[in-house]
Amino acid sequence: MQKIGVFVCHCGTNIAATVDVKAVVDALAKEPSVVFAADYPYMCSESGQNLIKDAIREHELTGVVICSCSPRMHEVTFRRAAASAGLNPYLVEVANIREQCSWIHKDKAEATEKAIILGRAAIAKALLNAPLIAGESPVTKRALVIGGGIAGIQTALDIAEAGFPVDIVEQKPTIGGKMAQIDKTFPTLDCSACILTPKMVECAQNENIRIFSYSEVESVSGFVGSFTVKIRKKARYVDEVKCTGCGLCTEKCPVKNVPNEFNLGFDNRRAVYIPFAQAIPKIAVIDPDRCNMLKNGKCGLCSRVCEAGAINYKQTDEIVEEHYGAIVAATGYEISDVTRYGEYAYTESKDVITSLEFERLTNAAGPTGGVLLRPSDGKHPHTIVFIQCVGSRCVLEKGKPYCSKICCMYTAKHAMLTREKYPDTEVYVFYIDVRTPGKNFDEFYRRAAEEFGVHYIKGAVGKIVPRADGTLDVQAADLIMDEQLRISADLVVLAAAIEPSKTARKLATMLTASMDTNDFFTEAHPKLRPVESPTAGIFLSGVCQGPKDIPETVSQAGACAAKVIGLLSKNKLTGNPCVAHSDELMCNGCSSCANVCPYGAITYLDKEFRMPDRTTKVRRVASVNPAVCQGCGACTVACPSGAMDLSGFSNSQIMAEVDAICR
Amino acid sequence: MQVNEEFVPTIVAFCCNWCSYAGADLSGTNRLPYPANVKIIRVPCSCRVNPTFILRAFQRGADGVIICGCHPGDCHYTTGNYYTRRRMTLLFSMLDYLGIERARTRVEWVSAAEGQKFAETMRSFVKDVTALGPNRRLEDLRCRKD
Repeated sequence: MQKIGVFVCHCGTNIAATVDVKAVVDALAKEPSVVFAADYPYMCSESGQNLIKDAIREHELTGVVICSCSPRMHEVTFRRAAASAGLNPYLVEVANIREQCSWIHKDKAEATEKAIILGRAAIAKALLNAPLIAGESPVTKRALVIGGGIAGIQTALDIAEAGFPVDIVEQKPTIGGKMAQIDKTFPTLDCSACILTPKMVECAQNENIRIFSYSEVESVSGFVGSFTVKIRKKARYVDEVKCTGCGLCTEKCPVKNVPNEFNLGFDNRRAVYIPFAQAIPKIAVIDPDRCNMLKNGKCGLCSRVCEAGAINYKQTDEIVEEHYGAIVAATGYEISDVTRYGEYAYTESKDVITSLEFERLTNAAGPTGGVLLRPSDGKHPHTIVFIQCVGSRCVLEKGKPYCSKICCMYTAKHAMLTREKYPDTEVYVFYIDVRTPGKNFDEFYRRAAEEFGVHYIKGAVGKIVPRADGTLDVQAADLIMDEQLRISADLVVLAAAIEPSKTARKLATMLTASMDTNDFFTEAHPKLRPVESPTAGIFLSGVCQGPKDIPETVSQAGACAAKVIGLLSKNKLTGNPCVAHSDELMCNGCSSCANVCPYGAITYLDKEFRMPDRTTKVRRVASVNPAVCQGCGACTVACPSGAMDLSGFSNSQIMAEVDAICR
Repeated sequence: MQVNEEFVPTIVAFCCNWCSYAGADLSGTNRLPYPANVKIIRVPCSCRVNPTFILRAFQRGADGVIICGCHPGDCHYTTGNYYTRRRMTLLFSMLDYLGIERARTRVEWVSAAEGQKFAETMRSFVKDVTALGPNRRLEDLRCRKD
């Protein structure tokens, strides 16, 4: 005889304001097998949990139904409470009467009726629950960090510091990411390279860290605790071990006209190159699209000058297979395409640039040695117009609906630094809103506007027309003064929206990690689990999860590392016991289930069966490996004889829920 | 067909735990309303939905059944939603043949981040089913409520 206890939560007024909790308790108490029903203001609180525990012991409950918030929120809490009272945790069911009832319905009678029906469905399911025991799986004590920007670097350093080995996979020839290209950082105006490069060096020197630069993740399989990852190490045509990073090859290479990606094409590099002076690892790379030797076998100069004998034109891509317990996505961002905004004349004029290009033009290690010069004629600009929200907060198809978060602050930084270094330059900033939440951020912006005399204009630039004399005719509206403005500018800087890396979507598919509509990775819970993906064992660091500045990225990277360390310090992981199992008496060994299983969890055994006439017969039957099965249930539907079922979501349980809802 | 103004259909929604169930939670968190006659059943993946569950729902008096899964390519289990798409295409055409109108059945892809889309989908589905009136074709009258 089943004894079910029903517990209805008020959630303060979150549920109780639209659902008549007492009426729900009364209705559910009348359901068959329900021996106890109660309500409580906060069921997840300690006293609420004690109410559940006491009832389990006192009434010898065989099942528990909690009508509360989403099971994605507190199912684990209630399962733990049940377990501590001696009830198998998988005998607990949660009816979602908050997110899927009280919060979406206004009419109290309607919401109460729905809550009762959801409660009945949960009772019907709970009556068919079976105690389940979770299996254990081992943990590979090594982490993979995908992306070698500041987020990936900080996460890797923190994990390595705790004593766990960690690998960084970076698609570019060097780690460092976008922060390496930035000149100064707000709001303290630290030199970006001065604070980043020591961390890069630390990565190279830490014996727990391995860097796979110029490499990409090829495939990911497995699950939390034991992932298998194939990494493609792209051919550099330079022996990583032999190369000393002396740079002689990069000076002698005769191909001199390759646009330099690091300086965003403002100057040129050779076909064999080291991205920048402080690159980690400092190993040359040959660009196969531009190298004469690789294209038509004519040159070989670099090979002749290399004293270490590191040049190897016959090198090919190498695939390495590694095992990891946890994977961190730190794929960062890219600057969105500003050519979609024809009104800003980005493609027509060299003097319309993006903010990242402005960083390179003011960077001491940049193409101009830090002297701000116009890209078109190399002259000093006397009037600079900054335009914010280019593509951000834009509801049109070509733009991004979100705020890129960093642009207000870096534009204030650019404007301030320009005025400081070149007081003769007039600086205008067009903005929709200035958003400066953050420690010392608003003070920084006010200094730019008040102390440094930057002209902040609330308004929008409608059109930029390049004139024959080289100036730019900026046509804009001042929304506060309600007037049309025309500014003759020498340089226009676009604060382009940031967007997730183009590689992120492909990676998310490999990791089976979910993404939002803007291709940012989704976190398991926006407030309570912000650095974890809903997929177990996948963690999120930096801008791949949402726009962030450097201080936020570094703190998130540390939080992410803490979660990874927590996982790797366990010797065994408790698995999910809601896995498939086959009824050997019904199974006819047809292979339909194995054909649809994405994990190869189903194998076949030849088993001896006793027949009614007392003879024995050997039959082929399906057998599920519970350690490999992830519990999707694809096999249960594919099985023609109905032999496959899924624990926790069995055929009879879902049928019972359907019946309860349609009753 | 005569449309009864008072008719409130019974809708069963099967939602994948990883995407649309979370999407439904998000529409709750954001207080985006949809009709109360939609009742959600949580499944680990849309591919867990056996065609017999849908037949059962119609037998028991459901007026519409909707299955929500992850967007193609985003399945938590890599390929589950592709199975759903194929299975349901066949099932829905068979149901159509049996007299269960196409508008009573739907497969939708709703991600965990699409609370707005979840609410809009449910509103439009309820509207479509309401316009069709009650399901009488497969309903097992022995299971009638009244």
